This record gives sequence, structure tokens and C-alpha cells, in this order.
Amino acid sequence: MPKDFGFGASSKRREDVRFLTGNGRYTDDINVYGQAYVHFLRSDVAHGTIKSINTERAAAHPAVLRIFTGADFASVGGLPCGWQVTDRFGEPMKEPAHPVLAQGKVRHVGDPIAAIVAESAAEARDAAEMIEVDIEELPAVIDMRAALDGGPLVHDDLETNLCYDWGFIEDNKDEVDAAIKKAPHVTRLDLTNNRLVPNAMEPRVAVGDYNSSNDESILYTTSQNPHVIRLLMGAFVLSIPEHKLRVVAPDVGGGFGSKIFHYAEEAFCTFAARELKRAVKWTASRSESFITDAHGRDHVTTIELALDHDGNFIAIRTSTLANMGAYLSTFSTSVPTWLHGTLMAGNYVTPLIYVNVKAVFTNTVPVDAYRGAGRPEATFQLERVIDKAARELGIDPIEIRRRNFIAKDQFPYATPVALEYDTGDYHATMDKLEEIADLKGFDNRLAQSKSKGKLRGLGLNCYIEACGLAPSNLVGQLGARAGLYESATLRVNATGSVTVMTGSHSHGQGHETTFPQVVSEMLGIAEDQINLQHGDTANTPMGMGTYGSRSIAVGGSAILRATEKIIAKAKKIAAHLMEASADDVEFSDGTFRVAGTDKEVAWADVCLAAYVPHNYPLTELEPGLEETAFYDPANFTYPAGAYACEVEVDPETGKVDICSFAAADDFGRIVNPMVVDGQVHGGIAQGIGQAMLESAIYDEDGQLLSGSYMDYAMPRADDLPSMVVDHSCQTPCTHNPLGVKGCGEAGAIGSPPAIVNAVIDALSRGGYSHVDHIDMPLSPHRVWEAIQT
Amino acid sequence: MVTVTLTVNGQEKTSDCEGRSLLSDFLRDNLNLTGTHVGCDTSQCGACVVHVDGEAVKSCTMFAWEAQGADVATIEGMAEDDGSLGTIQQAFQDHHGLQCGFCTPGMVMSAAALLKKNPDPTEYEIRDYLEGNICRCTGYQNIVHAIQAAAQTMRAAT
Repeated sequence: MPKDFGFGASSKRREDVRFLTGNGRYTDDINVYGQAYVHFLRSDVAHGTIKSINTERAAAHPAVLRIFTGADFASVGGLPCGWQVTDRFGEPMKEPAHPVLAQGKVRHVGDPIAAIVAESAAEARDAAEMIEVDIEELPAVIDMRAALDGGPLVHDDLETNLCYDWGFIEDNKDEVDAAIKKAPHVTRLDLTNNRLVPNAMEPRVAVGDYNSSNDESILYTTSQNPHVIRLLMGAFVLSIPEHKLRVVAPDVGGGFGSKIFHYAEEAFCTFAARELKRAVKWTASRSESFITDAHGRDHVTTIELALDHDGNFIAIRTSTLANMGAYLSTFSTSVPTWLHGTLMAGNYVTPLIYVNVKAVFTNTVPVDAYRGAGRPEATFQLERVIDKAARELGIDPIEIRRRNFIAKDQFPYATPVALEYDTGDYHATMDKLEEIADLKGFDNRLAQSKSKGKLRGLGLNCYIEACGLAPSNLVGQLGARAGLYESATLRVNATGSVTVMTGSHSHGQGHETTFPQVVSEMLGIAEDQINLQHGDTANTPMGMGTYGSRSIAVGGSAILRATEKIIAKAKKIAAHLMEASADDVEFSDGTFRVAGTDKEVAWADVCLAAYVPHNYPLTELEPGLEETAFYDPANFTYPAGAYACEVEVDPETGKVDICSFAAADDFGRIVNPMVVDGQVHGGIAQGIGQAMLESAIYDEDGQLLSGSYMDYAMPRADDLPSMVVDHSCQTPCTHNPLGVKGCGEAGAIGSPPAIVNAVIDALSRGGYSHVDHIDMPLSPHRVWEAIQT
Repeated sequence: MVTVTLTVNGQEKTSDCEGRSLLSDFLRDNLNLTGTHVGCDTSQCGACVVHVDGEAVKSCTMFAWEAQGADVATIEGMAEDDGSLGTIQQAFQDHHGLQCGFCTPGMVMSAAALLKKNPDPTEYEIRDYLEGNICRCTGYQNIVHAIQAAAQTMRAAT
């Protein structure tokens, strides 16, 4: 029977009430008394030298308070990159300066040139139109191959557009090359992983405030990780120490990675508020979001899979160009390397793997983590090349995967790309997929489609991801400039209610409901007696935030550890109250009992005794009941699964309809199945968006052609199918105390290859077997063109 | 500046704004009704949907002064008189029809307009109607379920 509360219950989300009644408090809903507004004048060319900026007329506008240009930031730090990658030759990556406001040159459309602070947002915009900027336009470089092949330099001082040339594992390269050379069969595939714009529905907002009475700066911002912003902005950009800088990320309207990073506008508003002694607010328009939020994906890849005649994998070699854009965004450099190369083993036993990635500067918006971040790019190329190989060798696509699966009894399994998978059961998720996708009924559906003149196809794939970022000692060795633990404080109040403070941030994931479920289960008190606080560096312990499907695995484990400390102390208090030894005290369902006796004391009485310590072991214990725990994971977690998609293709027009989508996931133990369903639905929707609709397209001059919702095809309700999701296959994570793996990114990682595989399958069955690949998005035009060639 | 007087959620409100102020700005900035959200600048996303004289309208598509004398309903007025969630709102919570909550006010207002016109919509009709409301979190699946459930509850009550 389903539980109605605690771990495993589909508790309804308490945060929904405020969102459904218009009482959410997003950053743009925050207004500080006396605030001014900033508008950024941005470059409308992709590459150029700033010859002059004349602000005279604008400055005379009666509502203008001050106009800032790059000169005002000449002595202010730049935006730092959080991960240093070391190249194949042992050299550090090229790391260009990333100024808050452009210094002498603009490098992408949207690069900020000047910031106009005025009494209202409209007047700031008006004044911006009065600024005369003389930019000498330079040739822009957009294409990565051109950038490496003598194209214009994005950063003159670097003398190259190559950020790094990364080999993984470099020592294995020769062996991999030799194995591929002599393999009985090699399948090769060239593909593009299309550039995407994350498009959280809430545009970014920043409100900088300054309290001159105590010299404290406060930044309200749309962030997934306020502590990380405090760290980066305080230490590297503005030199404000932590105790004088508070960062608040209140309700945040979606992130998907794009709100991890520290952006120039955050630093500007904080800086300007200190300069002007007034709060300064910036609200991005959607048009501005398109040209300033970090984009995602944008890889060009060649992958080779070597197999024996029976379809057993021998070796994989993959070579990728990864677009960094014009500057290095916070975690940009880790995405194509450690979040991508390490996943190339997938769910399979492949003895030899070599990954090469060249990261390239171009005159485009910076590229960084977007839901999945590196893992979708790994999964897409691997699962596409496996499908192609299966077709070439005449092996069923399910059979070839099953033949190469890491078997259940091989865990823990060390891959040739540095990861150790703790648990998994890939045959079980494939069995479940075959059931929920009704693969037995495919032939009937194929016949029905045929009778309508449509080509039907079935595509499937597996995926694995490394989540729960991340063991600090490991990522430190790999170049991360921060630890990736999480922390939690439990404050038990005198009447027994509990305030949980976490460094994880909820921006749609439902933490305010699910984290209390964990505590409720452990303490045996009602969920509504437990409140979660997050998103404010002033009242939560140090934390690293929410991304990489880490919140429950890392943040949840920190909460578990803090709760264990609370229970341990509460037992000692209870022992005193019951005049027993703490070793004899048992705790369950909110009651402390002395084993083997009828003595008991309730949770609330122990809590009261902690804060009104009239009868309390004061010589042995401090009063109060509050504990903090930091949790640093021992390993990544490895959610995995199998996905299937059925499509109908209209051969006359190339239009693809997604008829069904099924997902069988293994997330380990699950706290709230309803929330997990929702996470998978959303991830798959973004994967379908990538496969079918979305693409950030630049013209050769560096103008973003798909720069609004009129041009960038966001998935709408009528673009998506009803999905079947199942997470009943559960191999609990072995190294975190909750046994959880994380579920936030799976859908986006696992779905694109299933869709492309389905379309290729449909074309093949329909007599167009010459089509072995179509790059995403699979627009009618591209599919129709592929059919015609 | 223009002076705009309109009725919002049953109460008459008057405030001064620039002639170029959009209704969405007026609701948020002048009346502090921040439940109406602005997610784009091309009238595509639907986060700002309100009802003007009974019709669902993207409030970023009209100037505030164009709503002079109008009867406007926003998300803040959708709860029951006792403060509990209205039928559609409750269905969204019951069926997990929201995640980050940013598109939600517009979704609820659009759903209300749909169910007024069509008390028993099919899944296809719901998806078709919501074409002007973008959600990035849910994949729309549980939004569709929520609207179907709300429709059923509302039909049973009449």
C-alpha cells in the first residue's frame, strides 16, 4: 500500500499553494525602498573594437543617476571560471579575462558595453538610446572548425582560439588506435549535438542593495546556488568578504543549469549599489536572456565503435569540438571533459576507450551546463553509433545492447574512463521498458501506420549518468576550484517543530516537500511540523547548491546526517529524563523508550527539556537541540535506464509525429514518486525539444537568428506526447545513506537518441535505408531532404 | 502619465502610469499583484494571462489604459472566499501540474478560460488550447491531467 507520508510517499507539494495563488516571491517581485534600475547597452555586433562611447546626452537625461562603462571596471576583477582543465600535454587551459563590462573589445552579440542607472527601467532604456558607441566591426568567427583553422582571434592575447586539447585517457590512446585498426568491424558516425538555449521561464533578475550602516551588500538573484555566487563574486570580482555579503535566491522560476553561473549583471548591481548607496535592479527581457544566458551543448563529434563479428564492443574512439563561446562561463570547461568523457562507457563493457575534446572560442554567447551537461552529449553519440552498428551487423538493437551490458554481478564496475559504477541492473530496466512500451504490439501499430501511408519507427536507447556531484577530493584532482559537499542544519524548536536549513536550492524540484519527508521518516513527526529554509546565505549553512542531480543524494544525505546527530543528542536528554543509560534508549515513531521497560518520553517533551533545561544533564550536555552536518559523497551516483520512442514519419512532407515515449529508470530509492514522475516528464520534454524543435542558430556574422520565442521553437503542449514513466527497478546507491541516485537530468540525457533512432528506423523500414543519420532537430525540412537524397 | 481605473478581482483600483505601461506592468508595479508573471517580450509565453471582461488575455499585449473601466481577474482572485484553493488550483496541486511555478498563474488562468468555454475538453483540445502557454518544467503531462480532473470536478458540481 502506498505510504501517505514520509520516505516513499507521494506527498503533495506544500510550495504549490503559494505558487497557485500568486503568492510566490520571485526575484522580480522584490523591490527595495528607493531602488534604481539598470539597463545594459549591449553590443549588436559579434566582434569589434570599441573606438569611443559618448554618454554626454544620455547622462543629461533628468532621470539618469549614473552611466558606467568598462573604464569604471578597469580595476575590478573579472568573472572567474570554476574549473581548470589540463590539456593532453600537461598544460593548463587558456583562460581569457571576462570583464563585467567590455574592455576595449566586444566579443559576442549581447556583450555589455555600458550600464545606465536611472530612476525607472523605462527611463534607463530611453537614455541608453542616447549613447553613441563607435565600434569598428571585426570579422567574427562562429564556426568551430574555422576558428581553429586560422579564423579571427576571439582573444588576441591568447594567440589561438583553442582553449584546450584534452585527451582521456591519454595513455590509452595508442592501444585504442591499434585496436580500432585491427577490429573486424568499425562503425563511424559524424554528428552534431545542437546548441540549445536553456530558457527557464523566469528571466534572470538581480537586485543589488547596500546597507551603509553596517557596510553589508545584499544581492537578490535568480540563482541555483547563492553560496557559490557569494564565493565567486565576493572573492574574485568585487573583493567583498563573506561576512559583508549576503546573497538571496528566493523563489526561482526554473534553472536547468543556466542559473548556476555567476553573471556580470549580478556583480554589476552589487557594485553599483555600493557606488550609488541605492539599491539597483535589473530584470532581463526574454530577448536579453537569449543573448546573455549561457547556452548549452554545441558539440561536433566523430565517434568510432569497433566490434567483433558477434557485435561485442572492442573499443570506442571519439573526437569532439566543443564550443565555449566568447568567454569561459563558470563551469563551461568541465562540461565537455569530466562530465562527458567519463560517461563514454555507457551501460556497456567496452575494454578500450579514448576521448579527445578540443574546446574552442567563438564569437557567440558562452556555453555551459544545461540539464544533463556533457552526459547528453556522451549518451547521444554512443547510443546513435550503437544503433548504426546494429543495423550494419544485422543485429537487433535491443539484442546488441543486452549482449554488451555490464552484468548485475559485475558491480562495482570500474570503467576504462575512470568511473566506478556502484550498482545497476541494466537487463532489468530493459525488461521493464519492453513491458511498458508494449514492444510486442509494435508490429500491429506498424501495420496501422502503413495503412495510413505513414512510416512507423521504433527507437530505443540506454543511458547512464554520473550524478550527485561530487567527491571533493576527486574533483579537486580533476581541476575543480571548489569542493562539492553539501551541508544542513536542523534546528529543533522548543515545542518540537523542526527547521531544516540546507545549501541545496529548490527551483521547481519540490525540496520544501521532499526534504521534510526524509526528516519526518527519521523523527516520526508529521511533515507539517518540519519547515525547509533555503536560498539565503544569511540563514543557511555553507552550501554548493542544486545542479547535477545532486540535491537529494548530497543535500539529502547531509540532512540525514544532521538528523542522526539530533537523534543521538535527544537520546541522551531522554535518558536523563527517564533516569536510564543512553545506550538503552530506543527511538521510533517520535517516542523515546527504555528497552525492556514501559518507560517512555515523547519527542516534544525532550525538545522542551532541551530549551527549558530545568531537569537536564547540564554538566554533560549543552542545552538546545541544533546540529549541522556536512556531507561529502564518496562517489558519484549512477542513475541508469532504457527509453523507447515510436514515431510516424510522413514521407510526403518529412513531418515526424512522436506517437509514444516510454522511460524505465533506476533511480535507486525514491523519496516522492510523484515528484520523480514530474522530473522525468520535464527532462524528456527538453530532450524531445532538442531532438525535434530547438536550435540556437547563428548566422555567419554572429547574429542569433533564433533569438526569441517567435524563432526559437520551445516545445508546446501540442508538440509533446503523453509519456509512460516507470521507476520500479531500483538498485539502491551503495555509498550514500539514503540509497538515492537523483533523477533531475535523466529525461534530458536519455531521450534524444531514442527519438533519432526511431526516425532512422522508420525511414529504414520505409525503404530509405540509405539514411543513417539526421542531425537534430529533426525538422520536416531535414527529414524530407534526407529522404530525397 | 495617464490615470487608469479598473476593477481587479472585484475591487476598484486607480493608479497613474506612463502611457506606454503595459497592463502586465500596471498589475505588477502599480497594484503589487505580482502573481501575474512576465516571461517574454513577444507575447508568446503566456505567463501573464489574465481575464479582461471575461476573456483570457495576455496582459503584455495591451496598454494599461486600454483596460480603463474593465473587469480584470488575476491569479490572486482565483482562490475560494475562505482562502482555500479553487477547483483548478487544487487540481494542479493534486496532479503535480506545476514545478517552478513561474508559468503557473498563466496556466491556471488559461485553464479557467478553456473550461468556461468547453467544460469537457479532450486531451487534444487541452493541448491545443494551451499552445500559447509555455512551461519548461512539466512536459505539460500533469498540467493536462490537472485540467481534466478539474473539468470533471466542475462538471460533477453542476
